[in-house]
Amino acid sequence: MDAPQQSDARPVLEGPDIARVLTRIAHEIVERAKGADDVVLLGIPTRGVFLARRLAEKLEQITGRATPVGSLDITMYRDDLRLRPARALARTDIPGDGIDRCLVVLVDDVLFSGRTIRAALDALGDLGRPRAVQLAVLVDRGHRELPIRADYVGKNLPTSLRETVKVQLSEEDGRDAVLLGVREPAPTGEK
Amino acid sequence: MSKTLIRGAKVLGGEVRDVLVDGETIAEVGTGLSAEGATVVEAEGLILLPGLVDLHTHLREPGREDSETVLTGTRAAASGGYTAVFAMANTFPVADTAGVVEQVWRLGREHGYCDVQPIGAVTVGLEGRKLAELGAMHESAAGVTVFSDDGKCVDDAVIMRRALEYVKAFGGVVAQHAQEPRLTEGAQMNEGVVSAELGLGGWPAVAEESIIARDVLLAEHVGSRVHICHLSTAGSVEIVRWAKSRGIDVTAEVTPHHLLLTDEMVRTYDPVYKVNPPLRTERDVTALREALADGTIDIVATDHAPHPHEDKDCEWAAAAMGMVGLETALSVVQHTMVDTGLLDWAAVADRMSFAPARIGGATGHGRPVSAGEPANLTLVDPAYRGTVDPADFASRSRNTPYEGRELPGRVTHTFLRGRATLMDGKLA
Amino acid sequence: MKRHLISAADLTRDDAVLVLDTAEEMARMADRPIKKLPTLRGRTICNLFFEDSTRTRISFEAAEKRLSADVINFSAKGSSVSKGESLKDTAQTLAAMGVDAVVIRHSASGAPYRLANSGWIDAPVINAGDGTHQHPTQALLDAFTLRRRLVGHDAGIGQDLSGRRVTIVGDVLHSRVARSNVDLLHTLGAEVTLVAPPTLVPVGVDSWPCEVSYDLDSALPKCDAVMMLRVQRERMNAAFFPTEREYSRRYGLDAERMARIPEHAVVMHPGPMVRGMEITAEVADSPRCTVVEQVANGVFTRMAVLYLLLGGNEPAVTQPSSRTEEK
Repeated sequence: MDAPQQSDARPVLEGPDIARVLTRIAHEIVERAKGADDVVLLGIPTRGVFLARRLAEKLEQITGRATPVGSLDITMYRDDLRLRPARALARTDIPGDGIDRCLVVLVDDVLFSGRTIRAALDALGDLGRPRAVQLAVLVDRGHRELPIRADYVGKNLPTSLRETVKVQLSEEDGRDAVLLGVREPAPTGEK
Repeated sequence: MSKTLIRGAKVLGGEVRDVLVDGETIAEVGTGLSAEGATVVEAEGLILLPGLVDLHTHLREPGREDSETVLTGTRAAASGGYTAVFAMANTFPVADTAGVVEQVWRLGREHGYCDVQPIGAVTVGLEGRKLAELGAMHESAAGVTVFSDDGKCVDDAVIMRRALEYVKAFGGVVAQHAQEPRLTEGAQMNEGVVSAELGLGGWPAVAEESIIARDVLLAEHVGSRVHICHLSTAGSVEIVRWAKSRGIDVTAEVTPHHLLLTDEMVRTYDPVYKVNPPLRTERDVTALREALADGTIDIVATDHAPHPHEDKDCEWAAAAMGMVGLETALSVVQHTMVDTGLLDWAAVADRMSFAPARIGGATGHGRPVSAGEPANLTLVDPAYRGTVDPADFASRSRNTPYEGRELPGRVTHTFLRGRATLMDGKLA
Repeated sequence: MKRHLISAADLTRDDAVLVLDTAEEMARMADRPIKKLPTLRGRTICNLFFEDSTRTRISFEAAEKRLSADVINFSAKGSSVSKGESLKDTAQTLAAMGVDAVVIRHSASGAPYRLANSGWIDAPVINAGDGTHQHPTQALLDAFTLRRRLVGHDAGIGQDLSGRRVTIVGDVLHSRVARSNVDLLHTLGAEVTLVAPPTLVPVGVDSWPCEVSYDLDSALPKCDAVMMLRVQRERMNAAFFPTEREYSRRYGLDAERMARIPEHAVVMHPGPMVRGMEITAEVADSPRCTVVEQVANGVFTRMAVLYLLLGGNEPAVTQPSSRTEEK
């Protein structure tokens, strides 16, 4: 999922920016979901899960109530399974009360082709029937290949296909940052 | 009559000599012989051996002509340097009557690639219950002297005793396929570390050794001689060594494959390695080589066992047992015994020609390379290195375990009573 | 992972842990309203059963269907195989039909290995039990059951079975389950003790990475799991043991013996059980007996194997493991 680490990658969001952006998204969710009392946050592994948890904390600070948060692994719903060796699965963890009649907010780090979200929507369909599904992403870098858009965007980042976007989060990477780099002449990448 | 001059061959691997063949016999052995009126075979660097004799061949005719016939089998034999083969009795019908043995013998004569000496069954239908008409087979045109139920063991001690006794009347010999049947029910391979891992039914060494022990004691008791087919274990070697030291009239053979291959090959589950007796361990291979070197084992016999492709192109349990061997035997012996320094070529002549001819009573074969002897001769190029390609075989079957393996040595010429059956590696 | 799963010994420690971890994710799916994943959509898997085994066949079939594969069941009974068609012909027929993978059960040891290496068919081969050789998915489901019981569902993720002691009791000689379990449990770091009458232990067992004992009672107090193997009554006709009663007395698991097993230890059985022979009904029905759980786990484990072998353009990639390199 990650582009190779670029030595000349340049940060476009730093730690404080990410925190601020997530706070704003949390407020937007509360506002649009009219109190967010039926919201379930489902992060897409790996980094989407950390973002979902952070968003849940922020929502709790705003609403005073705990928001159910889980993870949704989309590996087995991908449309590019046969392009690579079989991949290890990540955890799917649906909060105890399920997702029926809830507002599910999918959370991911980068929105690019839209294929991951397409897979996530398919996966959700097998898990239950939410009232509605929305999408929150930290970065939207454009280049959609499917009719999918995000409801909440941390930062719109116009990129060329030669560029790479890498999100680092302290839970996984030891620091928070969004890095913009240039792809080495290499075959495929997704984000 | 045609003349052939074999010029400059190392006779039995020793002195360089010219050998002049006139008609069916060796006319002269010497140096600087005149080539006048003779076809000349330049044999510099080649080794001249007496024509090889195989005491254990399956020619399959009659009954399984899809795997081999007397014609294809004797062509394979000529190709491998043999001038005489003993054809095992487990045909369909079984060679347990004078009629069947005469048919096989006559076919060999007609084709003319190699003398075929039929082996008669010990018991009717190889069933181990009733003696076949051993005397009638001996008195037939085929003149059978070797009797064997090979493929099956004469496991009834009384029947074995009677057979050993009975053949004394005409100097016959019983060749025993030593395999205790109850100990080998469902057996698929040597019983040991590999069989335990592969989950294939184990074929214990003791199933062979216990029969050999019994039979040498029976031979001693009734004062007869016994021949042990395809000895395959270190324990069998010890028993035969003990029997010989005791003065028991026992002879024994080993196959080329048991001198080279081990049960480790079975890990591929490729039935080309499925054979009876089964491939054993490294320790057994070492013991067999030493025993062949010191004479405990008298001869190399191929147990050439052709099978059609479909009988090997299947799962292990369903596959037939056996390997073809006539066309690779000498190369395997060179590789395992000569190139390792265990045998010289003169000893190879003994183990593959003199001794088997003597045991089987093959008149005119296994004779010294000297004037007046029948011109049954084989020329070998020991410096040759080649890869075994079953497509080159004259045998109708291709079930060799050596496909793709590099082996030394090549038979270039075979002469049967003065006539070349193999010339420059090509069958006549 | 290798392309085929023929033997439990084909799996490195990391391969095996990956299968168990994947099976854990598959198990979580069992609670969902729709127990189906689209992952193997458009792939055709043939269950080629030359030997009757309803349990194993339906377990594989359930796993295949939950992954949305198209399933062809081929049973040798009543088919052209019983009319003399060879394994090769059957394999070539399946190849011509464009089968993407073959799950094979065969009474001949080595038949799956042959199928995978003969060039008759170019598809991944999964061994569903061959003769007295191997039954790798059984060993995987047993290891999965053990890890869940002894380490925990979530706590087990990424873990092997280091230091756990497993006693396998019964007809080791004729058991592909025993062979696979010895290989896999060793790879996963467990210590295995085989217990059987000497007649039912193969010659050559000394090369296996396990202990062998003829005495069940001494092995029981120090184990974390006892795995009972089925013992066929017919064996006594071939003098492997004198009578059923004597076998039960010396090697059967009854309540009295179970009382000597540590509190936390489990009793396993690959099924079908011969109650009264190797295991009493009382033990078989106790909560410490995992037989029914093993059946459920079989589906998850087989889903994991199928996914990891067929869920990409090639099998899942793992790091070579140091432990299996010792072997």
